[in-house]
Amino acid sequence: MLFERSEILETLRMLELENLDVRTVTLGINILDCRGESFASTIERVIAKIKHFASPLKETVEKISEKYGIPIVNCRVAVSPVALLLTGKEGSELVELAAKLDHLAQALQIDFVGGFSALVQKGFTPGDLLLMESLPNILSETERICGSVNVASSRSGINVDAILRMGEVIQETARRTASRDGIGCAKLVVFANSPEDNPFMAGAFHGPGEADAVVNVGVSGPGVVKEMIRRHPEANLGELAEIVKRTAFKITRVGELIGREVAEKIGVAFGIVDLSLAPTPKVGDSVAEVIEAMGIEKCGGWGSTLALALLTDACKKGGTMASSFVGGLSGAFIPVSEDASMNQSVTIGALSLEKLEAMTSVSSVGLDMIAIPGDTPVEVIACIIGDEIAIGVINHKTVGVRLIPVPGKKAGEKAVFGGLLGEATVIEVNPYRGGRFIRRGGRIPAPITSLRN
Amino acid sequence: MVEKGLPDFRDIEEEANKNKVVITVVGKDRIGIIAAITSCLAEYQVNIEDITQKILGEYFTMILVGDTSRCPIGIGELREKLAKKGEEIGVAVYLQHAQIFRAMHRI
Repeated sequence: MLFERSEILETLRMLELENLDVRTVTLGINILDCRGESFASTIERVIAKIKHFASPLKETVEKISEKYGIPIVNCRVAVSPVALLLTGKEGSELVELAAKLDHLAQALQIDFVGGFSALVQKGFTPGDLLLMESLPNILSETERICGSVNVASSRSGINVDAILRMGEVIQETARRTASRDGIGCAKLVVFANSPEDNPFMAGAFHGPGEADAVVNVGVSGPGVVKEMIRRHPEANLGELAEIVKRTAFKITRVGELIGREVAEKIGVAFGIVDLSLAPTPKVGDSVAEVIEAMGIEKCGGWGSTLALALLTDACKKGGTMASSFVGGLSGAFIPVSEDASMNQSVTIGALSLEKLEAMTSVSSVGLDMIAIPGDTPVEVIACIIGDEIAIGVINHKTVGVRLIPVPGKKAGEKAVFGGLLGEATVIEVNPYRGGRFIRRGGRIPAPITSLRN
Repeated sequence: MVEKGLPDFRDIEEEANKNKVVITVVGKDRIGIIAAITSCLAEYQVNIEDITQKILGEYFTMILVGDTSRCPIGIGELREKLAKKGEEIGVAVYLQHAQIFRAMHRI
């Protein structure tokens, strides 16, 4: 036989019982060559280019999913940071671009379009400012458009003015989508060191250093890792790391196979595989459950950071070995609302915002999909973002912040976003404020890279 | 160093694997499982290249490797036909492309 019986049964188990799937095939498209004489003609050219590349995406993905019997959950498009197209004088035409892209995405059965983004780690152009102030409008008026703003990097330092503005943008976006618990904020990420090839939303955009069009794939599989760990209750932590690594290897290989085939079929370059353990609200598809399977009573309890560090690092190692090109965020995601067990930990008080922050220093993203009280002041939101950004900048890693101030709700109440976004118990926020500090504004210089401790 | 005159075995293997599928049948043992599944495969022109089966307690597992190069229907449709046939006789039937296993288990 070509394969061992045990190999065949293992693969089957991963697919049928443990929710192994390809989370997303994300087609990155450069739109910086679409500038026209007027912004109206720019819009036309952007739409035409995306239509050209993205039209065959859904059908191709469905065919490949059927061929291999592997679910591919989402088809997405990421465009160049839209702020780079802007002069700042476009006004409401920018919202029109978003609305047209939203319609196009719906017509082509594209789940999300990312790239209403600005890179402002060192300062703002008029285009950046326009994009940022339009975000509440765009995110509340559209269904599938996602935005992100990179406010800091380890090379350039931290733009505190941008953080403050994003605090305001988040509050305003929540207010405008108040009837749906502030869901607009779920489509908005504030980044430090944002990757240019990330296939995951809401932070995906097509970086300026990328080819004209490229396919990036995000693979998932916390369920598979959890079951592997559960089957080895006696393994010591060195052995556990090895088990996770081997599992990550196998999962990533599937992503690579699918990604290459999609890229070939639609005739664009294959970019990267992003191996991220990305949970969904489905039972068994949870990163918190992986941590609990390792032996932590409830995710958020002491030991959780260590367990997550082991998990993230082993995932990266297995993934790197499996694919020639690993990129994006690659590691483990720890969103609250998208992970039913993570949310349960918040509900019973095992997981605090402070512990989440600590865990993000070893995970692959940041404070993700966390519901905070709707009356949290802008300064406090900015300070939470600032603390998280500092972790990313000083440690030379990507961090993203996706906070949802749920209008009219207080700590302990429930916010419901639905679908893959799940639901979240509003988390307690430390009432002592750093407003006077963050209101000073300005830029924090880039950190030193020697004298590390 | 490059060996000359040797065919590229990888290409040969790739070509041979292009139409291969792995069919797994799991369920309670009973008479006629193999007959039902293999006749279904014959109906759709799938050539069986390898077959192994095992009975553990009252559970039956069978793994078949098939070649679908002459199969007139798509792999998705074939998967459905087999699953339906399985349902009739009370077993679960899964069909996967062989390349998945190659990707996962071979470096």
